Amino acid sequence: MTPKSALARYPILWRRKTISTLENPLKHAETRHFTFAHPPNELILESGEKLGPITLAYETYGELNKQKSNVILVLHALSGDAHAAGKAPIGWWDNMIGPGKGLDTNKYFMICSNVIGGCRGSTGPSSTNPKTGQPYGLDFPIVTIGDMVNAQRHLIDSLGIEKLLSVIGGSMGGMQVLQWMVAYPDRMRSAIPIATTMKHTPQQIAFNEVGRQAIMADPKWKKGRYYGSAIPAKGLAVARMIGHVTYMSDVSMAAKFGRRFRADKEPCKFGADFEVEGYLRYRGDNFVKRFDANSYLYITKAIDYFNILNGKRLGEIFRGLEAKVLVIAFKSDWLYPAYQSQEIVKACKLAGVDTTYCEVNSTYGHDAFLLEIEEEADLVKHFLNTVSNGGG
Amino acid sequence: MKRQPNKIEHQIIADWIGQGASVLDLGCGDGELLVRLIAEKQVRAQGIELSEQEIHRCVARGLSVFQEDIDTGLSEYADKSFDYVVLNQTFQQVKKPDFVLKEALRVGRKTIVGFPNFVHISARFQLFFKGKVPVTPSLPYEWYNTPNLHFLSIADFIEYCKKRKIQIEHTAFITKKKKMRFFPNLFGEIGLFLLSKQPETS
Repeated sequence: MTPKSALARYPILWRRKTISTLENPLKHAETRHFTFAHPPNELILESGEKLGPITLAYETYGELNKQKSNVILVLHALSGDAHAAGKAPIGWWDNMIGPGKGLDTNKYFMICSNVIGGCRGSTGPSSTNPKTGQPYGLDFPIVTIGDMVNAQRHLIDSLGIEKLLSVIGGSMGGMQVLQWMVAYPDRMRSAIPIATTMKHTPQQIAFNEVGRQAIMADPKWKKGRYYGSAIPAKGLAVARMIGHVTYMSDVSMAAKFGRRFRADKEPCKFGADFEVEGYLRYRGDNFVKRFDANSYLYITKAIDYFNILNGKRLGEIFRGLEAKVLVIAFKSDWLYPAYQSQEIVKACKLAGVDTTYCEVNSTYGHDAFLLEIEEEADLVKHFLNTVSNGGG
Repeated sequence: MKRQPNKIEHQIIADWIGQGASVLDLGCGDGELLVRLIAEKQVRAQGIELSEQEIHRCVARGLSVFQEDIDTGLSEYADKSFDYVVLNQTFQQVKKPDFVLKEALRVGRKTIVGFPNFVHISARFQLFFKGKVPVTPSLPYEWYNTPNLHFLSIADFIEYCKKRKIQIEHTAFITKKKKMRFFPNLFGEIGLFLLSKQPETS
């Protein structure tokens, strides 16, 4: 199946709610690379292991002002990358970033950085291990959300940015926002964690584990040493299919597919008869073209290990945080349900942090943070206005 | 659905609130009162509101608000977290006014409560002579669409405060958008009270 025919078959995939029909004359939309932690000054990871040199892929949108006071750090989710905005290919948050949009490139300077452990231009298990000259594979150390944020902090330092106007992200991006709030509370004026949690529940870990098992059960995975030969495409595709089911809602799936059959039903038994089957297979098959199976293992593990409380009491974690916080959840999100965002709000309240919480009505499920843009952009835009005007 | 707020109510509340105080508005609606308090008294404001549409309006005005149901209480707040907690025109709309007011008095040093007087003379007239549920400027709803769940009079509330050992520090009564003092339970459309918890005697 070519991507084009799939596009035609699932037009709803590409239907995006946009608040601005303006073209997107984004500057500096090319991906840049920042390399640091050259041996012997490697980055010491939370596990105690050393990693270096480290490269982070990042993109920027808008223009940095003279005081460097209009910087917003945009943090991506599990399968995201540095390409948050721009066309061809379309950025993962293109409907949010641009002139007049929620993250307005006429006013702010957005930086979107890929995470370590990733496979989209940043150092990860598919990168070359300088010690062996071979790809790391499973020799790559375990990385945490804390390590990802620590690496981003090096990038921000290298750009000479003292204080961020805001840090924003959804899902795993939201975890990074929470990590920023705890690790570097003085480096930001505001924070916007969206559709996220302070720690994964057993249910959330379980879905990730099923994904990991699918990859590791693929004979082509070969304990992570598949580089240069056939990749564990089937396993990674199944992992992605499971992921997609958790990102949608009962209502959004019913609206998107119903029980409709595909027009070109495969003649064999157990072919993809239903539209939902075709969609998941298409999404899975497409994912393996751009994502590394080992990165999927490492990043989902980082998400599962994440626990911002880390033994501390709820009221302690954000104590002393002076940044304003906007927490957003979505009503139909069952993967990161609203009660998890309310826990974040509770922690902010207990710490006396200036906080706003909104539970946006949406039927898109967890995907809402990428799709329910009008409401999300409205909140973000006004919140950032208040922050940048110094009010509140 | 919210009754158009009477500006005089907001003015009285603003007069009662001290300069630079911290204020928690329970059921803050579109945030009009909080915006006024920030402008006039430079308060540190926080709102709580159930409606998503109102939350958007508040955020657009630069306010900090939580989308929450005040009936579930304020358990995350320590005692005396705010100088003032405001329950203006929401007191009669919550499911558990007794519990909500108790929480407000715990979390605020002082609490301001405002509600429509159900036994205002025109209400009494409609009940007695017409045999109909009253519709008045302060109770502008029909029986089938009213957000008000509890109907109380100014006298009821004063008696309630006595029973609960709540200290009434100030009162204000409004009729026809003006302050008044003459037989408030009969002629007052709206009652406003500045309350505090009586220190417990052990």
